[in-house]
Amino acid sequence: MPKVNGIEVLEKIKADERTKAIPVVILTSSNQSPDIKKCYGLGVNSYIIKPVEFEAYAKAIKELGLYWLLLNRPPE
Amino acid sequence: MDYSSIDILLVEDNENDAELAMRELKKNKLTSNLYHVRDGEEAFDFIYGTGKYVGVRSIENLPRVILLDIQMPKVNGIEVLEKIKADGQTNAIPVVILTSSNESPDIQKCYKLGANSYIVKPVNFEGYSLAIKELGLYWLLLNRPPEL
Repeated sequence: MPKVNGIEVLEKIKADERTKAIPVVILTSSNQSPDIKKCYGLGVNSYIIKPVEFEAYAKAIKELGLYWLLLNRPPE
Repeated sequence: MDYSSIDILLVEDNENDAELAMRELKKNKLTSNLYHVRDGEEAFDFIYGTGKYVGVRSIENLPRVILLDIQMPKVNGIEVLEKIKADGQTNAIPVVILTSSNESPDIQKCYKLGANSYIVKPVNFEGYSLAIKELGLYWLLLNRPPEL
C-alpha cells in the first residue's frame, strides 16, 4: 500500500497493548514465503492469499467474513 | 502413524469432544493427519519431541495448526499458548483456542498472548460438529500457513 504498508500497520497494532488483541487478517496477493513468515512472527492472526479470479476472491471474502464475524469469538 | 507431517494437533482432555472433532475432520475429508494429546504436558512433548516422543518427533516438523482447550490437567491451555508464542521456533504455528470458557478475562488474555483465534464450543452436538468443520475448512484450506 502507499505511504505506510500493511506490515508496518500490523507491527504497530500488535506492539501496542491497547490494540494487540484485535484480530488482524492479512489479505494480500503476496505468496512470498518471507512475507508470510514475517507476518506470523509479528503476530498476525491469519494470512490469506487473494485468489486471482473474481469468483474465488468473492468466495474467500465470504468465508473469512463468516469465520471472523460468526464463528470466532472476538475480544471485548 | 507418520508423526512427521501432522496437519492438526488437537490438545483436549475431554474424550467425547476429541473423538467427535477427529471424526468430523476426517468425514469432511479435511485431513487424516491428526494427532490427539490429552493435556498440556503431552502437547509440549509432542511439539518438542521430548518424553515419550523422543526419536519419533522433532521440532523440525511442526503441526500446521494447533487446536487447544483451556481447562486441562497438569499443564493448562493458557500455559501451552504462552510457551508456544514466546518461543521463536514455534510462535508462527496458528493456535486456535477451542474451549467452553466464554469468560471475558480468558478471551482477552488468550488474544494478548497471541492466540490466532478463539472459539467457544457450541454446547449441542450439531453446533459443535459444524464449528469443527468450519474451522477445519478455514485453517486447512483458506488460511496460508507459515512455512514450518
